[in-house]
Amino acid sequence: MRTLVSPLALRTPRGRVIYWTILTVTVVGFTGAFVFPLYWMVTGALKSPDELAQIPPSFFPKHFDLHVYVDAWEQLQLGVFLKNTVLYAGGAWLFTLAVDVSAAYALSKLRPIFGKLVLGAMLATLMIPPMVLLLPTYLVAKDLPIFHADLLNTPWAIWLPAAANGFFVFLLKRFFDSIPRELLEAAEIDGASPARILWSIVLPVSRPIIGVVSILSVVTVWKDFVWPLLVLPETDKMSISVGIASLSAQMPQNVLIASLVIASLPTIIVFFIFQRSIMAGLTAGSLKG
Amino acid sequence: MDDKTTSTRRPRSAGTAGGVGTAEAVEDLQVGWGPESRLAERHEPPTPHGAGALRRAVGRNLTAYGFLCAALICFALFSWYPMFREVVLSFQQNNFVDPGIWVGFDNFRTVIADPAFRSAWLNTAAFSGLALVIGYAVPFVLAVVLNELKHAKAYLRFVVYLPVMLPPAVAVLLFKWFYDPGAGLFNQVLGVVHIPPLSWLDSTSTALISLVIVSTWMNLGTGTLIYLAALQSIPGELYESAELDGAGLFRRVWHVTIPQTKLILLVMLLLQIVATMQVFIEPYLLTGGGPENATVTVAYLMYQYAFNFGDFGGGSALGLMLMIALLIFSTVYLRVSREEDAR
Repeated sequence: MRTLVSPLALRTPRGRVIYWTILTVTVVGFTGAFVFPLYWMVTGALKSPDELAQIPPSFFPKHFDLHVYVDAWEQLQLGVFLKNTVLYAGGAWLFTLAVDVSAAYALSKLRPIFGKLVLGAMLATLMIPPMVLLLPTYLVAKDLPIFHADLLNTPWAIWLPAAANGFFVFLLKRFFDSIPRELLEAAEIDGASPARILWSIVLPVSRPIIGVVSILSVVTVWKDFVWPLLVLPETDKMSISVGIASLSAQMPQNVLIASLVIASLPTIIVFFIFQRSIMAGLTAGSLKG
Repeated sequence: MDDKTTSTRRPRSAGTAGGVGTAEAVEDLQVGWGPESRLAERHEPPTPHGAGALRRAVGRNLTAYGFLCAALICFALFSWYPMFREVVLSFQQNNFVDPGIWVGFDNFRTVIADPAFRSAWLNTAAFSGLALVIGYAVPFVLAVVLNELKHAKAYLRFVVYLPVMLPPAVAVLLFKWFYDPGAGLFNQVLGVVHIPPLSWLDSTSTALISLVIVSTWMNLGTGTLIYLAALQSIPGELYESAELDGAGLFRRVWHVTIPQTKLILLVMLLLQIVATMQVFIEPYLLTGGGPENATVTVAYLMYQYAFNFGDFGGGSALGLMLMIALLIFSTVYLRVSREEDAR
């Protein structure tokens, strides 16, 4: 497809030189800006505290000793933090899907009275960033109204608020709206219950959007910092980000850096595998969000 | 429980059952989300005839609310009720044992009298402003360049989004190490090009910009990829005819690329302002608001009031002020995106 620069201009010798120069500058620049810091992190962990303090720094670590990663794992109880984070993100994922898919299905296909009002109230929450409601939301988690339960230091403090996501409801509902009515009506005539229709017809055709919502919900919980910082203050219950941040002051520099590497591995691996869905979610969010 | 959000709106006796919601409120909330309301009208359920139909309609509504109830509980507890609670908290003095005492605007007076209040708003505005200067044009320029490149496309796209995938706490702690005035990466790089070392986070003049740099590095990829998607929808003929009319490269950017992406540029501008005005994690992990309040932000001050001083009233007052400031931008955003829908 034709873009800003015409293909003709690129074919001239001058055009070719300019193109390859810009390409080289971009590739080198991007690598320097976005990959080099990560290289510095991975190799920094392998350096001894003395080597880290050395000026000028060494480009390659002197010894290739992975022992520091073992130290980090043990000293920072990274295993516990990782297990907690998996529990929080995994539970939030299942809970979000169950809650938001059924809500979006009800709003899109069952169309109850006041459905538009409910949807409007859910979308209105997108206008108010969670940060400004941090204190009252924290108080809710601390002493749940009506139920009078203290959710602090329990996974529910992460799972329940994670499901209250207007953007997910919006994405799912918009997708469900595009499913032809005839498909569902045929099943209805055959005597299928709404739950059955949701499970056997709506869910299978909605796989792409469910994939996007799944990844967004897992990554959001995994990356979150402020909320778990407040609601999971016990060291044994901390998520990996909060755990590392709160223990960072007491750690030798290289152990801290090793723990940063370990903490960033899961999200980067997820990105490697689900690149396509993640980027699809991004552009879905750019239109409305 | 959802009454709370709706009952603040002017009630009208149009209600059939319950009288909870008002048709007015439905319209109010719906207008901003154009396509939703249009879609919904088209598929309005058929009006019931007779008792059998009525029973079916009731049954359908019960089933629907059965599916909705979990979401209603979650939203009510963690989205709708907190909005209401924030307002209540900011006008109360509370120790959470006895019922709160109404104190009028005392909490607001307390926080406004705090010398950190002025710094916090100035710093937040400066942070947002600097983030716009550094971080707003750059992703657009990168997207324009990436859109022209025919090689290494997948690599460049992957790499630019890599920092976005790091947990923010990891990225921030990584940069804390880079900012180290002694052996930190940045001063080493400056040393290579013979620039004297900076004290980065330790000096009042560079601390805030250091926070902006981390924040920009972490978030650049999102904007770049969103712009890239927008650029790909520009019809090639526009460039073609502009070129036939003798427009050079920069005039083509100015007269074709920018007008064609105008709305997404505006939307991203507003989203970025809203996002950067809530900045918290950078000052929390890097500077603790220092040196000399040079990096205290509104969100950070709010956190301090609640969790360091135990003053939830003052903290909520700050939260409410920030919410109103952000709502102004959100409202503009809604209007802009409605305009985008209308196209």
